[in-house]
Amino acid sequence: MAKVLVVTSGKGGVGKTTSTAALGAALAQNGANVVVVDFDVGLRNLDLVMGAERRVVYDLINVVQGDAKLAQALIRDKRIDTLSLLPASQTRDKDALTPEGVARVIDQLREKFDWVICDSPAGIEKGAMLAMHHADTAVVVTNPEVSSVRDSDRIIGMLDSKTAKAEKGERIEKHLLLTRYDPGRAARGEMLNVEDVLEILSIPLLGIIPESEEVLRASNVGSPVTLASPTGAAARAYFDAARRLAGENIEVVVPMERKGFMSRLFGRRVA
Amino acid sequence: MSLLALFFKRKPTAGVARERLQILLAHERIATGHSELLAKLQEEIIQVIAKYIKIDREQVHVKLDRGKDMSTLEIDVDLPSVMPLLGARG
Ligand SMILES: Nc1ncnc2c1ncn2[C@@H]1O[C@H](COP(=O)(O)OP(=O)(O)OP(=O)(O)O)[C@@H](O)[C@H]1O
Ligand SMILES: [Mg+2]
Repeated sequence: MAKVLVVTSGKGGVGKTTSTAALGAALAQNGANVVVVDFDVGLRNLDLVMGAERRVVYDLINVVQGDAKLAQALIRDKRIDTLSLLPASQTRDKDALTPEGVARVIDQLREKFDWVICDSPAGIEKGAMLAMHHADTAVVVTNPEVSSVRDSDRIIGMLDSKTAKAEKGERIEKHLLLTRYDPGRAARGEMLNVEDVLEILSIPLLGIIPESEEVLRASNVGSPVTLASPTGAAARAYFDAARRLAGENIEVVVPMERKGFMSRLFGRRVA
Repeated sequence: MSLLALFFKRKPTAGVARERLQILLAHERIATGHSELLAKLQEEIIQVIAKYIKIDREQVHVKLDRGKDMSTLEIDVDLPSVMPLLGARG
């Protein structure tokens, strides 16, 4: 049975697109048939992060409006052949996405793939609502920071009331993905720590992605971080998260501070 | 305090962030989401209490804590030291 997953957050710039690419690639690297779908109409970026920007011919809106067949718009990844991308368009006209059209495309994708991963735009407007509407599962991307946590709380409320599942009175599965986590700052009490965020949002934890330069480097070269630096801390955290999504029971490891020059010099007292 | 100590002993602020969020979200969860129901509930609770006890609306706090397995509804009413009952026998 195909699973439709939305990667959402409310707040912008927290790591939705990065996480869509990394989780999609990780699931595909483990052999699943995956499509990542860009719902950020007008501000598409998933194509760039995946390194497929020069291969976009048709997009989600073309398919929704019937101007292209789904097969014409899907871009198969050159590195992982079980991974595909359905890009968003750069047109300004967000109303081009109709609920009926999106429903039809999602149904078609369900038939072709094991995982349909929808990269939501920021905000709580129509675009974000359409991206989450058909989801069976939601990954709520949150940074350990007050405004991101507040917006995630708001999005959780919407997942519980505005999705197709919620409207049918069913429960939508929700997971927290804590990203851009800085272990040092959390340890020093400068940043909300894992327990704080979990206690406030009270949804199960899918994973903790550390703040990492590898993520930026991966996006520079147009590659999901699980492909660009598969053994790095960020990629390993995404691989574990993907396995948890697939139902495996792996313990979450809270990233620890790596001792830098300063802390070695001053010993424990710096912390 | 030496300059170094000043530099390294910045007060941790995460605790403040956590508390502010807990208070804010308790209110926002009532005001939004599936909570039209809860807003109504809050209003009616205030009305029922006001029928029997003279209270200040500002002194009634209704708070919903959402938990994984269980949620709790907390109703907190500050009463004046001498409690003026309003004809409860009527
Ligand atoms: N773990 C991380 N470590 C370091 N940088 C990160 C990490 N995750 C994301 N970033 C960076 O943060 C920025 C925003 O990430 P991204 O585009 O994935 O966010 P988004 O939620 O999709 O944003 P938008 O709401 O605009 O769509 C990018 O520059 C990305 O490289
Ligand atoms: Mg994005």
